[in-house]
Amino acid sequence: MQIIFQTQDKTLIVKITGELDHHVVREIKDRIDKKIASTKAKNLIFDFSSLSFMDSSGIGLIVGRYKLVTSLEGKIIIVSSTKTIDRIINLAGIKKIIKTTTSVDEALKCAKEG
Amino acid sequence: MRENEAKIEIISKSENEAFVRAAVSAFFMQLDPTIEEISDIKTAVSEAVTNSIVHGYAEKKGKIYIDLYIKDDKIKIVVKDNGCGILNVKEAMQPLFTTNTDGERSGMGFTVMETFMDNISVHSIVDVGTKVTMEKTLGKNML
Repeated sequence: MQIIFQTQDKTLIVKITGELDHHVVREIKDRIDKKIASTKAKNLIFDFSSLSFMDSSGIGLIVGRYKLVTSLEGKIIIVSSTKTIDRIINLAGIKKIIKTTTSVDEALKCAKEG
Repeated sequence: MRENEAKIEIISKSENEAFVRAAVSAFFMQLDPTIEEISDIKTAVSEAVTNSIVHGYAEKKGKIYIDLYIKDDKIKIVVKDNGCGILNVKEAMQPLFTTNTDGERSGMGFTVMETFMDNISVHSIVDVGTKVTMEKTLGKNML
């Protein structure tokens, strides 16, 4: 598992590669929360396009960050391009509250709107 | 008739979650599953093993046994622990049910197992342990 951070305007892009499970989720959560605090980012983009595995630990991570970002009046956008990751996200009904796109560019556009 | 079985025994360290997924997926490769089938199996097993580590043993050390069976195109996975057990299995299996209070666990583990496998049964005795049995028929999309 690797986390790559990138900031653009007030948006923090978090690219997670490899496998996202219970073992790594705590480290990911801590690093994202610290990064949001240090960059004063408002919006958060989860780039899951290079993620090979995710179980329900990922749902906990997304929902937890959703609460944090919406409390800062920001937006969360998920970039997902694989069927496997999509199935987990759909199962939890996340798509009803969080926008998903297939590319980071598209996600950045959504972050800038409104 | 094709029959085979394998047994995996691990201690309840979260590092072993990835190992179990890889080992389970390697064992069932002999059935030539689709990418989607293997991904379903890996996710379901990951949820069961994580439950044993997080809830069964509450992050303390204990053993987890993962038994794998093949019978023709049917697979069976049994995940057992000797942990604290579940008082109310029906309640624990409800979507979004979680005993975790910091809001970082989703409560979707059993729902994922139920969705990605054909059958799941959970047998649990408080202070004795929990046994989760999951079954799936492969190649259903080939018909």
